[in-house]
Amino acid sequence: MRREPAGDVGRAKEMDETVSEFFRRTILKIPMTEMMTILKTWNFLSENQLQTINFRQRKDSLVQDLVLLCEENRASLKDAALLDIIYTQFHRHQKVWDVFQMSKGPGEDIDLFDMEQFKSSFKKILKRALKNALTIASKHHQIVKMDLRSRYLDSLKAIVFKQYNQTFETHNSTTPLQERSLGLDINMDSRIIHENKIEKERVQRVTQEIFGDYPQPRLEFAQYKLETKFKSDLNGGILAEREEPLRCLVKFSSPHLLEALKSLAPAGIADAPLSPLLTCIPNKGMNYFKIRDK
Amino acid sequence: MSVLRPLDKLPGLNTATILLVGTEDALLQQLADAMLKEDCTSELKVHLAKSLPLPSNVNRPRIDLIVFVVNLHSKHSLRNVEESLHHVDATFFLGKVSFLATGAGRESHCSIHRNTVVKLARTYRSPLLFCDLEIGDFRATMAQRLVRMLQICAGHVPSVSALNLLSLLQSSENPSLEDL
Repeated sequence: MRREPAGDVGRAKEMDETVSEFFRRTILKIPMTEMMTILKTWNFLSENQLQTINFRQRKDSLVQDLVLLCEENRASLKDAALLDIIYTQFHRHQKVWDVFQMSKGPGEDIDLFDMEQFKSSFKKILKRALKNALTIASKHHQIVKMDLRSRYLDSLKAIVFKQYNQTFETHNSTTPLQERSLGLDINMDSRIIHENKIEKERVQRVTQEIFGDYPQPRLEFAQYKLETKFKSDLNGGILAEREEPLRCLVKFSSPHLLEALKSLAPAGIADAPLSPLLTCIPNKGMNYFKIRDK
Repeated sequence: MSVLRPLDKLPGLNTATILLVGTEDALLQQLADAMLKEDCTSELKVHLAKSLPLPSNVNRPRIDLIVFVVNLHSKHSLRNVEESLHHVDATFFLGKVSFLATGAGRESHCSIHRNTVVKLARTYRSPLLFCDLEIGDFRATMAQRLVRMLQICAGHVPSVSALNLLSLLQSSENPSLEDL
Protein backbone atom coordinates (compact mmCIF):
# COMPACT_ATOMS: atom_id res chain seq x y z
CA MET A 1 0.00 0.00 0.00
CA ARG A 2 1.30 3.32 -0.91
CA ARG A 3 0.40 6.48 0.86
CA GLU A 4 0.39 9.56 -1.28
CA PRO A 5 0.96 12.90 0.24
CA ALA A 6 -2.76 13.49 -0.02
CA GLY A 7 -2.68 17.01 1.38
CA ASP A 8 -0.82 18.78 -1.40
CA VAL A 9 -2.37 16.89 -4.27
CA GLY A 10 -5.80 17.37 -2.76
CA ARG A 11 -5.25 21.06 -2.39
CA ALA A 12 -3.91 21.45 -5.91
CA LYS A 13 -6.92 19.61 -7.27
CA GLU A 14 -9.24 21.86 -5.31
CA MET A 15 -7.52 24.90 -6.66
CA ASP A 16 -7.94 23.64 -10.21
CA GLU A 17 -11.62 22.99 -9.68
CA THR A 18 -12.15 26.51 -8.42
CA VAL A 19 -10.16 27.98 -11.28
CA SER A 20 -11.98 25.75 -13.77
CA GLU A 21 -15.27 26.94 -12.43
CA PHE A 22 -14.08 30.54 -12.67
CA PHE A 23 -13.10 29.95 -16.28
CA ARG A 24 -16.36 28.24 -17.03
CA ARG A 25 -18.43 31.08 -15.64
CA THR A 26 -16.35 33.80 -17.26
CA ILE A 27 -16.41 32.17 -20.69
CA LEU A 28 -20.12 31.47 -20.35
CA LYS A 29 -20.76 35.20 -19.93
CA ILE A 30 -19.11 36.01 -23.24
CA PRO A 31 -21.63 36.32 -26.11
CA MET A 32 -20.94 33.96 -29.01
CA THR A 33 -20.43 36.89 -31.37
CA GLU A 34 -17.57 38.20 -29.26
CA MET A 35 -15.99 34.88 -28.33
CA MET A 36 -13.18 34.88 -30.90
CA THR A 37 -12.31 38.55 -30.39
CA ILE A 38 -12.09 38.27 -26.62
CA LEU A 39 -10.09 35.02 -26.70
CA LYS A 40 -7.66 36.56 -29.16
CA THR A 41 -7.29 39.69 -27.05
CA TRP A 42 -6.63 37.49 -24.04
CA ASN A 43 -3.84 35.82 -26.00
CA PHE A 44 -3.44 32.87 -23.66
CA LEU A 45 -4.56 30.20 -26.10
CA SER A 46 -2.61 30.20 -29.34
CA GLU A 47 -4.08 30.32 -32.85
CA ASN A 48 -3.31 26.64 -33.35
CA GLN A 49 -4.98 25.71 -30.12
CA LEU A 50 -8.06 27.73 -30.94
CA GLN A 51 -8.26 26.05 -34.31
CA THR A 52 -8.76 22.68 -32.62
CA ILE A 53 -12.05 23.92 -31.16
CA ASN A 54 -15.34 23.74 -33.00
CA PHE A 55 -16.87 27.18 -32.55
CA ARG A 56 -20.09 26.19 -34.25
CA GLN A 57 -21.28 23.81 -31.56
CA ARG A 58 -23.73 24.68 -28.84
CA LYS A 59 -22.45 27.15 -26.30
CA ASP A 60 -22.28 24.82 -23.29
CA SER A 61 -20.26 22.25 -25.23
CA LEU A 62 -17.98 25.00 -26.56
CA VAL A 63 -17.42 26.30 -23.05
CA GLN A 64 -16.57 22.79 -21.86
CA ASP A 65 -14.00 22.36 -24.63
CA LEU A 66 -12.44 25.74 -23.90
CA VAL A 67 -12.20 25.04 -20.17
CA LEU A 68 -10.51 21.69 -20.91
CA LEU A 69 -8.05 23.48 -23.14
CA CYS A 70 -7.30 25.98 -20.37
CA GLU A 71 -6.74 23.13 -17.92
CA GLU A 72 -4.39 21.36 -20.33
CA ASN A 73 -2.37 24.55 -20.64
CA ARG A 74 -2.24 24.92 -16.88
CA ALA A 75 -4.02 28.23 -16.82
CA SER A 76 -3.75 29.90 -13.47
CA LEU A 77 -6.10 32.06 -11.45
CA LYS A 78 -4.16 35.03 -12.74
CA ASP A 79 -4.97 34.11 -16.35
CA ALA A 80 -8.61 33.69 -15.41
CA ALA A 81 -8.63 37.09 -13.75
CA LEU A 82 -7.12 38.65 -16.85
CA LEU A 83 -9.85 37.11 -18.99
CA ASP A 84 -12.43 38.55 -16.63
CA ILE A 85 -10.88 42.00 -16.88
CA ILE A 86 -10.93 41.79 -20.68
CA TYR A 87 -14.58 40.80 -20.57
CA THR A 88 -15.30 43.77 -18.30
CA GLN A 89 -13.51 46.10 -20.71
CA PHE A 90 -15.73 44.92 -23.53
CA HIS A 91 -18.81 45.25 -21.36
CA ARG A 92 -17.93 48.29 -19.33
CA HIS A 93 -21.44 49.63 -19.76
CA GLN A 94 -22.80 46.83 -17.61
CA LYS A 95 -21.16 48.21 -14.53
CA VAL A 96 -21.72 51.50 -12.79
CA TRP A 97 -18.40 53.19 -12.16
CA ASP A 98 -17.43 55.31 -9.19
CA VAL A 99 -14.85 58.06 -9.40
CA PHE A 100 -12.16 58.66 -6.79
CA GLN A 101 -10.05 61.72 -6.51
CA MET A 102 -6.56 61.73 -5.10
CA SER A 103 -5.09 64.88 -3.68
CA LYS A 104 -2.05 65.91 -1.76
CA GLY A 105 -2.36 67.28 1.72
CA PRO A 106 -1.57 70.96 2.10
CA GLY A 107 2.11 71.90 1.92
CA GLU A 108 3.32 68.71 0.26
CA ASP A 109 5.41 68.36 -2.84
CA ILE A 110 3.90 67.03 -5.97
CA ASP A 111 6.26 64.18 -6.85
CA LEU A 112 6.60 63.07 -10.41
CA PHE A 113 4.47 60.00 -10.69
CA ASP A 114 6.57 56.88 -11.14
CA MET A 115 4.54 54.18 -12.83
CA GLU A 116 6.91 51.30 -12.10
CA GLN A 117 7.23 52.22 -8.48
CA PHE A 118 3.47 52.56 -8.31
CA LYS A 119 2.96 49.11 -9.77
CA SER A 120 5.41 47.39 -7.43
CA SER A 121 4.15 49.15 -4.33
CA PHE A 122 0.60 48.43 -5.38
CA LYS A 123 1.23 44.72 -5.76
CA LYS A 124 3.05 44.47 -2.45
CA ILE A 125 0.34 45.98 -0.35
CA LEU A 126 -2.69 44.69 -2.23
CA LYS A 127 -3.69 42.67 0.80
CA ARG A 128 -4.73 45.81 2.66
CA ALA A 129 -7.92 47.74 1.98
CA LEU A 130 -7.89 49.12 -1.53
CA LYS A 131 -8.20 52.67 -0.34
CA ASN A 132 -5.09 52.48 1.80
CA ALA A 133 -3.17 50.70 -0.91
CA LEU A 134 -3.76 53.39 -3.47
CA THR A 135 -2.99 56.13 -1.01
CA ILE A 136 0.34 54.72 0.04
CA ALA A 137 1.27 53.51 -3.43
CA SER A 138 1.00 56.93 -4.96
CA LYS A 139 2.19 58.85 -1.92
CA HIS A 140 -0.99 60.86 -1.84
CA HIS A 141 -2.65 61.61 1.41
CA GLN A 142 -6.24 61.95 0.72
CA ILE A 143 -8.46 59.89 -1.45
CA VAL A 144 -12.03 60.99 -1.72
CA LYS A 145 -14.91 59.38 -3.47
CA MET A 146 -16.53 61.86 -5.81
CA ASP A 147 -20.25 62.23 -6.08
CA LEU A 148 -20.08 61.12 -9.68
CA ARG A 149 -21.35 57.80 -10.99
CA SER A 150 -22.21 56.49 -14.43
CA ARG A 151 -21.96 53.44 -16.68
CA TYR A 152 -20.00 55.31 -19.30
CA LEU A 153 -16.29 55.38 -18.51
CA ASP A 154 -15.33 57.64 -21.38
CA SER A 155 -17.88 60.22 -20.31
CA LEU A 156 -16.70 60.09 -16.70
CA LYS A 157 -13.14 60.66 -17.88
CA ALA A 158 -14.21 63.59 -20.01
CA ILE A 159 -16.07 65.23 -17.15
CA VAL A 160 -13.28 64.76 -14.64
CA PHE A 161 -10.49 65.89 -16.94
CA LYS A 162 -12.64 68.51 -18.65
CA GLN A 163 -12.04 67.09 -22.11
CA TYR A 164 -15.13 67.87 -24.06
CA ASN A 165 -15.51 68.07 -27.82
CA GLN A 166 -15.17 64.39 -28.61
CA THR A 167 -17.60 61.68 -29.59
CA PHE A 168 -18.87 59.72 -26.64
CA GLU A 169 -20.75 56.50 -26.18
CA THR A 170 -23.62 57.32 -28.44
CA HIS A 171 -27.27 56.90 -27.77
CA ASN A 172 -29.64 56.23 -30.62
CA SER A 173 -32.90 57.88 -29.91
CA THR A 174 -35.95 56.93 -31.87
CA THR A 175 -38.23 59.65 -30.60
CA PRO A 176 -39.59 61.93 -33.30
CA LEU A 177 -38.41 65.00 -31.43
CA GLN A 178 -34.86 64.05 -32.27
CA GLU A 179 -35.59 64.05 -35.98
CA ARG A 180 -36.03 67.78 -35.81
CA SER A 181 -32.89 69.34 -34.42
CA LEU A 182 -33.50 71.53 -31.43
CA GLY A 183 -35.47 74.66 -32.04
CA LEU A 184 -34.16 76.96 -34.64
CA ASP A 185 -33.75 75.31 -38.04
CA ILE A 186 -33.11 77.14 -41.20
CA ASN A 187 -36.73 76.93 -42.07
CA MET A 188 -36.94 75.62 -45.58
CA ASP A 189 -40.58 76.40 -45.97
CA SER A 190 -41.32 80.08 -46.13
CA ARG A 191 -44.99 79.38 -45.51
CA ILE A 192 -44.19 78.68 -41.85
CA ILE A 193 -43.67 81.78 -39.78
CA HIS A 194 -42.38 81.72 -36.24
CA GLU A 195 -44.00 84.53 -34.33
CA ASN A 196 -41.58 84.27 -31.44
CA LYS A 197 -38.43 84.13 -33.52
CA ILE A 198 -36.52 86.55 -31.30
CA GLU A 199 -37.27 84.51 -28.21
CA LYS A 200 -36.30 81.28 -29.97
CA GLU A 201 -32.98 82.80 -30.98
CA ARG A 202 -32.37 83.94 -27.44
CA VAL A 203 -33.09 80.49 -26.07
CA GLN A 204 -30.80 78.92 -28.66
CA ARG A 205 -28.01 81.34 -27.78
CA VAL A 206 -28.35 80.84 -24.03
CA THR A 207 -28.41 77.07 -24.45
CA GLN A 208 -25.30 77.16 -26.58
CA GLU A 209 -23.50 79.35 -24.05
CA ILE A 210 -24.24 76.94 -21.27
CA PHE A 211 -23.83 73.58 -23.01
CA GLY A 212 -21.48 74.41 -25.84
CA ASP A 213 -21.57 73.13 -29.40
CA TYR A 214 -20.04 69.75 -28.71
CA PRO A 215 -21.85 66.50 -27.83
CA GLN A 216 -22.40 66.11 -24.13
CA PRO A 217 -20.76 63.39 -22.02
CA ARG A 218 -23.16 60.63 -21.22
CA LEU A 219 -24.74 60.26 -17.80
CA GLU A 220 -27.89 58.37 -16.91
CA PHE A 221 -29.07 60.15 -13.81
CA ALA A 222 -28.74 63.08 -11.46
CA GLN A 223 -29.90 62.83 -7.90
CA TYR A 224 -30.73 65.68 -5.52
CA LYS A 225 -31.18 65.02 -1.84
CA LEU A 226 -33.08 67.93 -0.36
CA GLU A 227 -32.93 68.73 3.31
CA THR A 228 -34.43 72.17 3.30
CA LYS A 229 -37.30 73.82 4.99
CA PHE A 230 -40.41 73.95 2.92
CA LYS A 231 -40.92 77.34 1.31
CA SER A 232 -44.42 78.26 0.32
CA ASP A 233 -45.87 81.23 -1.54
CA LEU A 234 -49.17 80.83 0.22
CA ASN A 235 -49.45 82.06 3.76
CA GLY A 236 -50.09 79.42 6.34
CA GLY A 237 -49.86 76.11 4.63
CA ILE A 238 -49.45 73.11 6.89
CA LEU A 239 -45.98 72.36 5.60
CA ALA A 240 -44.87 75.98 5.78
CA GLU A 241 -45.06 76.05 9.55
CA ARG A 242 -42.71 73.15 10.05
CA GLU A 243 -39.38 73.80 11.68
CA GLU A 244 -37.78 70.56 10.62
CA PRO A 245 -36.35 70.34 7.14
CA LEU A 246 -38.32 68.51 4.52
CA ARG A 247 -36.47 65.43 3.35
CA CYS A 248 -37.04 64.81 -0.29
CA LEU A 249 -35.18 62.97 -3.02
CA VAL A 250 -35.43 64.06 -6.65
CA LYS A 251 -33.90 61.84 -9.29
CA PHE A 252 -33.67 62.61 -13.00
CA SER A 253 -33.15 59.57 -15.24
CA SER A 254 -32.45 59.46 -18.94
CA PRO A 255 -30.56 57.36 -21.46
CA HIS A 256 -28.53 60.54 -22.04
CA LEU A 257 -29.23 63.06 -19.30
CA LEU A 258 -27.11 66.00 -20.42
CA GLU A 259 -28.39 65.93 -24.00
CA ALA A 260 -31.92 65.75 -22.64
CA LEU A 261 -31.32 68.78 -20.41
CA LYS A 262 -29.78 70.63 -23.34
CA SER A 263 -32.92 70.07 -25.41
CA LEU A 264 -35.44 71.16 -22.74
CA ALA A 265 -35.45 74.88 -23.44
CA PRO A 266 -35.35 74.69 -27.25
CA ALA A 267 -38.21 72.19 -27.15
CA GLY A 268 -40.29 74.64 -25.12
CA ILE A 269 -40.52 72.38 -22.09
CA ALA A 270 -38.48 74.60 -19.80
CA ASP A 271 -37.40 78.22 -19.68
CA ALA A 272 -33.87 79.26 -20.53
CA PRO A 273 -31.54 79.51 -18.71
CA LEU A 274 -32.06 76.27 -16.81
CA SER A 275 -31.53 76.08 -13.10
CA PRO A 276 -27.83 76.11 -12.23
CA LEU A 277 -28.44 72.97 -10.19
CA LEU A 278 -28.86 71.15 -13.50
CA THR A 279 -26.31 72.97 -15.61
CA CYS A 280 -23.46 72.69 -13.09
CA ILE A 281 -23.21 68.92 -13.41
CA PRO A 282 -20.29 68.70 -15.85
CA ASN A 283 -18.46 71.69 -14.37
CA LYS A 284 -18.65 70.48 -10.83
CA GLY A 285 -18.09 66.87 -11.83
CA MET A 286 -21.03 65.75 -9.69
CA ASN A 287 -24.30 64.05 -10.29
CA TYR A 288 -25.19 63.43 -6.66
CA PHE A 289 -26.11 66.53 -4.71
CA LYS A 290 -27.11 67.29 -1.14
CA ILE A 291 -28.94 70.53 -0.75
CA ARG A 292 -29.33 72.12 2.63
CA ASP A 293 -30.46 75.52 3.80
CA LYS A 294 -27.63 77.96 4.14
CA MET B 1 -54.19 96.32 -29.83
CA SER B 2 -52.92 93.12 -28.38
CA VAL B 3 -56.20 91.30 -28.92
CA LEU B 4 -56.66 89.18 -32.01
CA ARG B 5 -59.76 89.96 -34.01
CA PRO B 6 -60.99 87.84 -36.89
CA LEU B 7 -62.09 90.52 -39.28
CA ASP B 8 -59.75 93.43 -38.69
CA LYS B 9 -57.87 92.81 -41.90
CA LEU B 10 -58.72 92.11 -45.47
CA PRO B 11 -58.12 88.56 -46.62
CA GLY B 12 -55.30 87.77 -49.00
CA LEU B 13 -56.23 86.40 -52.40
CA ASN B 14 -56.85 82.65 -52.06
CA THR B 15 -54.81 82.68 -48.86
CA ALA B 16 -55.72 80.79 -45.72
CA THR B 17 -53.70 81.40 -42.56
CA ILE B 18 -53.71 79.24 -39.45
CA LEU B 19 -52.14 80.17 -36.12
CA LEU B 20 -50.91 77.33 -33.93
CA VAL B 21 -50.39 78.34 -30.31
CA GLY B 22 -48.53 76.05 -27.93
CA THR B 23 -45.38 75.75 -25.81
CA GLU B 24 -43.85 72.77 -27.54
CA ASP B 25 -42.29 74.17 -30.62
CA ALA B 26 -41.05 70.87 -32.02
CA LEU B 27 -44.56 69.42 -32.11
CA LEU B 28 -46.02 72.55 -33.69
CA GLN B 29 -43.29 72.54 -36.30
CA GLN B 30 -43.98 68.95 -37.22
CA LEU B 31 -47.71 69.60 -37.46
CA ALA B 32 -47.04 72.62 -39.67
CA ASP B 33 -44.87 70.51 -41.97
CA ALA B 34 -47.57 67.87 -42.19
CA MET B 35 -50.22 70.44 -43.08
CA LEU B 36 -48.11 71.95 -45.84
CA LYS B 37 -47.65 68.53 -47.41
CA GLU B 38 -51.37 68.35 -48.09
CA ASP B 39 -52.66 69.05 -51.57
CA CYS B 40 -54.70 72.17 -51.27
CA THR B 41 -56.16 74.63 -53.73
CA SER B 42 -55.71 77.45 -51.26
CA GLU B 43 -52.37 79.00 -50.47
CA LEU B 44 -51.62 77.99 -46.93
CA LYS B 45 -49.68 79.90 -44.33
CA VAL B 46 -48.87 78.54 -40.88
CA HIS B 47 -47.93 80.83 -38.03
CA LEU B 48 -46.41 79.31 -34.92
CA ALA B 49 -46.53 81.10 -31.59
CA LYS B 50 -45.55 80.06 -28.13
CA SER B 51 -48.24 82.26 -26.58
CA LEU B 52 -50.40 85.30 -27.06
CA PRO B 53 -50.25 88.23 -27.40
CA LEU B 54 -48.30 88.19 -30.63
CA PRO B 55 -45.51 90.70 -31.18
CA SER B 56 -47.25 93.87 -32.23
CA ASN B 57 -44.89 95.51 -34.69
CA VAL B 58 -45.23 92.75 -37.27
CA ASN B 59 -47.11 92.79 -40.52
CA ARG B 60 -49.08 89.58 -40.71
CA PRO B 61 -52.01 88.31 -42.76
CA ARG B 62 -55.51 87.89 -41.45
CA ILE B 63 -55.74 84.83 -39.24
CA ASP B 64 -58.54 82.48 -40.26
CA LEU B 65 -58.22 79.76 -37.65
CA ILE B 66 -56.48 79.55 -34.27
CA VAL B 67 -55.62 76.16 -32.84
CA PHE B 68 -54.54 76.06 -29.20
CA VAL B 69 -52.35 73.02 -28.59
CA VAL B 70 -52.31 71.56 -25.09
CA ASN B 71 -49.92 68.79 -24.14
CA LEU B 72 -51.69 66.66 -21.55
CA HIS B 73 -48.29 65.79 -20.09
CA SER B 74 -47.57 69.39 -19.17
CA LYS B 75 -49.48 71.65 -16.82
CA HIS B 76 -47.29 74.44 -18.10
CA SER B 77 -48.72 74.02 -21.61
CA LEU B 78 -52.28 74.23 -20.28
CA ARG B 79 -51.57 77.34 -18.22
CA ASN B 80 -49.96 78.92 -21.24
CA VAL B 81 -53.07 78.32 -23.36
CA GLU B 82 -55.40 79.58 -20.62
CA GLU B 83 -53.48 82.82 -20.39
CA SER B 84 -53.26 83.22 -24.14
CA LEU B 85 -57.03 82.88 -24.51
CA HIS B 86 -57.46 86.26 -22.86
CA HIS B 87 -55.88 87.90 -25.87
CA VAL B 88 -58.45 86.63 -28.33
CA ASP B 89 -61.54 88.63 -29.15
CA ALA B 90 -64.87 86.96 -28.41
CA THR B 91 -65.91 87.02 -32.07
CA PHE B 92 -63.14 84.59 -32.89
CA PHE B 93 -64.99 81.91 -30.99
CA LEU B 94 -67.67 81.68 -33.67
CA GLY B 95 -66.01 78.70 -35.29
CA LYS B 96 -62.53 80.09 -35.80
CA VAL B 97 -60.93 78.63 -32.72
CA SER B 98 -60.20 75.02 -31.96
CA PHE B 99 -58.42 73.15 -29.20
CA LEU B 100 -56.05 70.27 -29.81
CA ALA B 101 -54.98 67.97 -27.00
CA THR B 102 -51.94 65.78 -27.49
CA GLY B 103 -50.45 63.02 -25.37
CA ALA B 104 -53.65 61.22 -24.35
CA GLY B 105 -52.23 57.95 -25.64
CA ARG B 106 -49.60 57.76 -22.89
CA GLU B 107 -51.90 57.90 -19.93
CA SER B 108 -49.16 57.34 -17.37
CA HIS B 109 -47.49 60.59 -18.45
CA CYS B 110 -50.64 62.70 -18.30
CA SER B 111 -50.71 65.25 -15.56
CA ILE B 112 -53.83 66.96 -16.90
CA HIS B 113 -57.12 65.17 -16.79
CA ARG B 114 -59.02 64.77 -20.03
CA ASN B 115 -62.02 66.47 -18.48
CA THR B 116 -60.06 69.62 -17.82
CA VAL B 117 -59.56 70.27 -21.51
CA VAL B 118 -63.10 69.14 -22.28
CA LYS B 119 -64.42 71.76 -19.86
CA LEU B 120 -62.10 74.38 -21.28
CA ALA B 121 -63.32 73.75 -24.81
CA ARG B 122 -66.91 73.78 -23.66
CA THR B 123 -66.41 77.08 -21.84
CA TYR B 124 -65.19 78.65 -25.05
CA ARG B 125 -67.83 76.90 -27.17
CA SER B 126 -65.15 75.53 -29.44
CA PRO B 127 -64.36 72.07 -30.77
CA LEU B 128 -61.78 69.90 -29.07
CA LEU B 129 -59.66 67.51 -31.08
CA PHE B 130 -57.47 64.74 -29.69
CA CYS B 131 -54.33 63.66 -31.47
CA ASP B 132 -51.00 62.24 -30.38
CA LEU B 133 -48.86 64.59 -32.44
CA GLU B 134 -45.75 62.54 -31.78
CA ILE B 135 -47.07 59.73 -33.93
CA GLY B 136 -46.53 60.36 -37.62
CA ASP B 137 -49.68 58.74 -38.98
CA PHE B 138 -52.00 60.39 -36.48
CA ARG B 139 -50.33 63.71 -37.09
CA ALA B 140 -50.81 63.37 -40.85
CA THR B 141 -54.51 62.62 -40.42
CA MET B 142 -54.96 65.56 -38.07
CA ALA B 143 -53.12 67.76 -40.53
CA GLN B 144 -55.64 66.80 -43.21
CA ARG B 145 -58.54 67.69 -40.93
CA LEU B 146 -57.02 71.02 -39.99
CA VAL B 147 -56.42 71.94 -43.63
CA ARG B 148 -60.09 71.26 -44.44
CA MET B 149 -61.22 73.24 -41.37
CA LEU B 150 -58.88 76.06 -42.34
CA GLN B 151 -60.27 76.26 -45.85
CA ILE B 152 -63.79 76.50 -44.50
CA CYS B 153 -62.81 79.17 -41.96
CA ALA B 154 -61.11 81.18 -44.70
CA GLY B 155 -64.31 81.04 -46.73
CA HIS B 156 -62.79 78.97 -49.52
CA VAL B 157 -65.44 76.27 -49.45
CA PRO B 158 -68.66 77.36 -51.09
CA SER B 159 -71.81 77.23 -48.94
CA VAL B 160 -69.97 76.27 -45.77
CA SER B 161 -68.98 78.89 -43.23
CA ALA B 162 -67.03 78.61 -40.01
CA LEU B 163 -70.26 78.93 -38.06
CA ASN B 164 -71.88 76.10 -40.04
CA LEU B 165 -68.91 73.92 -39.29
CA LEU B 166 -69.07 74.78 -35.63
CA SER B 167 -72.68 73.78 -35.28
CA LEU B 168 -72.02 70.56 -37.21
CA LEU B 169 -69.14 69.64 -34.92
CA GLN B 170 -71.01 70.49 -31.76
CA SER B 171 -74.08 68.45 -32.52
CA SER B 172 -71.96 65.31 -32.78
CA GLU B 173 -70.80 65.63 -29.16
CA ASN B 174 -72.51 63.73 -26.40
CA PRO B 175 -74.79 66.09 -24.51
CA SER B 176 -73.62 66.80 -20.99
CA LEU B 177 -75.81 66.22 -17.98
CA GLU B 178 -76.54 69.92 -17.64
CA ASP B 179 -77.77 70.12 -21.22
CA LEU B 180 -80.24 67.26 -20.83
